[in-house]
Amino acid sequence: MKLILPLLALLVALLFAASLLIGPAGLGLGESLRALFRGEGEAMVLVMREIRLPRAILGLMAGAVLGLSGAAMQGYLRNPLAEPGLIGVSSSAALGAVLALQTGLAATLPLALPLAALAGAGASVLLVLVMAGPRGGALALILAGIALSALSGAVTSLVLNLSPNPFAAMEIVHWMMGSLADRSMSHVWLAVPFMVAGMAALLTLGRGLDALTLGEDAAQSMGVNLPRLRLVLILGTAASVGAAVAVAGAVGFVGLVVPHLLRPLVGARPSRLLPAAALGGAAMLLAADIATRLIAPDRDLKLGVLTALVGAPFFLHLIWRMRRVEA
Amino acid sequence: MVNKAAYRRDRHTSAARRPYARQTWAIPALFAINAAFAALCTTPAAADPAPARVVSINLCTDQLAMLLAAPGQLVSVSDLATDIRSSSMVDQAAAYPANHGGAEEVFLLHPDLVLAGTYTTLGSVDMLRRLGVRVVQVPPVNALDQVPEQIIAVGQALGREDAARKLVAEFQAGLAALAVDLPPATAALYFPNGYTTGKGTLADDVLTRTGFANVGATAGLTGGGTLPLERLVLAEPQVVVTSTPYPGASRAEEILSHPALAEIRKKAGISAASDADWVCGTPYILRAVAGMRQAREALK
Repeated sequence: MKLILPLLALLVALLFAASLLIGPAGLGLGESLRALFRGEGEAMVLVMREIRLPRAILGLMAGAVLGLSGAAMQGYLRNPLAEPGLIGVSSSAALGAVLALQTGLAATLPLALPLAALAGAGASVLLVLVMAGPRGGALALILAGIALSALSGAVTSLVLNLSPNPFAAMEIVHWMMGSLADRSMSHVWLAVPFMVAGMAALLTLGRGLDALTLGEDAAQSMGVNLPRLRLVLILGTAASVGAAVAVAGAVGFVGLVVPHLLRPLVGARPSRLLPAAALGGAAMLLAADIATRLIAPDRDLKLGVLTALVGAPFFLHLIWRMRRVEA
Repeated sequence: MVNKAAYRRDRHTSAARRPYARQTWAIPALFAINAAFAALCTTPAAADPAPARVVSINLCTDQLAMLLAAPGQLVSVSDLATDIRSSSMVDQAAAYPANHGGAEEVFLLHPDLVLAGTYTTLGSVDMLRRLGVRVVQVPPVNALDQVPEQIIAVGQALGREDAARKLVAEFQAGLAALAVDLPPATAALYFPNGYTTGKGTLADDVLTRTGFANVGATAGLTGGGTLPLERLVLAEPQVVVTSTPYPGASRAEEILSHPALAEIRKKAGISAASDADWVCGTPYILRAVAGMRQAREALK
C-alpha cells in the first residue's frame, strides 16, 4: 500500500505526456519532443508550447484540485456524497467567473476572473456548511447543494442570455460541463497560483481530518482547532476550485469518484487520502481530456460529459449502498 | 459548437458562413424545391405590374432591394440590415421600418411581394403564402459568378430589370478591374470557435480570385466547419482573416486572441477582418475583394 502514491504519480506523468503528444495536428513523437524541449520548428513550437502545454497543465491542475477538494470535504463532513460539483461549489464559481467576464471587469483587470470565481466558490462552501450543519447530514447537504446548483446555474444562464455577445448564450453548456479546448498560457498564469495555494492549504488538513474521524469531541480533545480547520477548508476549496472553474468550467464528479476509488487503498485515513486523491483526480481529468480529443477531435466535446458518464452511475451506486446501510 | 451569430445569419442569409456542415444535406433538396417554385412564379411575375409594397425579410435581399427598388416601393427591411456587423448598408436601412421576419408582423404591412432567402424561417414563408402573399425566395450566393444572377432575380421580382442590368454591368466592370494575376499565397479565414470556411463558399471564392489558396479548403473542408487551432498554426498561413469580436465577452471569441494565433498573425504581418461586406452576394462584396487584393499585393 506504500506504493500507491508513486504508482499514481507515474500514471499522472504518463497521462500528462500522452496529453502533450495527442492532438488533431498528428505530429510525430520525435518532432513534438524536439519542438517542446529544444524549440525546433517554429510552427511546431507554437503548437507544443502555446496550445498543448497549457491544456495539459490545466488538465493536471484542475483534476488535482477537484480530487483533493472532494476528499477534504468528504473528510470534514464525514459524508461520502460531498463533492464540489454536486454541492454547487463549481456552479457558484462559474457564476462568479461569468459575472466577471460579462461585466467587463475581467477585461480591465485579469485577476478579477479567478477572484470572482473564488468569491462564488467561497460563498457556496460557506452556505453549504451552514445548511448541512456540523454533522453534515447527507440529506441536508445534497438538498442544499441541489438548490444552490440550480440557482447559480439559472443566474449564469440569465447573465449569458442578456449578454450583448451572441456567442455568450451558447456557452452556457461550457460553464456547466467544462472544457480545456484552446486554453492558453495566460490562463495557466492566471489560475495556477490560486490552485497551488488552495491545494497547499487543503493538504495541511490531513492530521485534523484524521482526528475528526473519531468525532468532533475526540478531535477537539486531541488539540484540533475545529473553527480554524473549517476556515482553511473553505478558503482552500474556494481558491482552488474557483480558479479551476474560472478557466476550465465546472467539471463534475471527479471529486466524488476519485476519493471513493482510492479510500480503500490508503486504509481510509484522510491524511493519506488527500495526496492520493489529488493525483487520482489529475489522472482522471487528463484521461477524460485525452478521450475528448480521441473521440471527437474537431468537436470540442465537453469534459463534464465524460466525467458524468463515469460519475453519475457511480453516484447512484453510492446512494444505493447508503440506503442499504441506513435500512 | 453551435453559435448564435451564425444561427442568425442562417435564419436570414447566405449559406457561405453557415457553421453546420451537417445541414448541407438540405441544400440540394432546398435548391430543387426553390427551382420548382421559381419556375412556377416567374411566368406570371413577368406579366404582373411592378409590386407597390415590398417587404424584405432576409439580410441579403434587404440590401439588393435597397439598391434596386424604386422610391417608395420598399416598405420594410429586416432588423439585421441595421446591424453593423452583418450589413453593408446600415445608414440606408435606418430609413426603413425594421421587421423581424415573423409572418404576423409582415402580413400586417400589407405587402404585395415578400423577398426572402431560401433558408429564411420557412414557417413564416409558408404561412405568408397560405395568406395569399407572393413570396420570392432567393438562394444564397456561393461564388462571385452567381452575384449577377442574384441581382437580376431580385430586379425581376421588383419589376426593376433596367436598374438590375445597370448594377450587374457595374459589378462586372468592378470585378474585372480587381483581377489579380499573382501565384497563390496561403490565407486562412478564422472565426470564433475555430470556425472556418472551405470550398464552395463565397469567402473561399473571394480568396481564390485575389491570389490566395484558402487553408480551410486545403484542409479538405467543403462549406463551413471547424479547424483546430493546431492545424491552422501548422499550415502557417501568410494572411489570416478574422472577424471583429462582438461587445461583451465570450469564450468562443477568445480563440481570436490566443497567443499562438497572435504569433501566426505577427509572422504573417498582414491581418484582415472579414466584415459585413463578406456576408452577402451584393455589389459590396467587391469591397472585400479589393481588401484582399490589397493584402495580396502587399505580400509581394
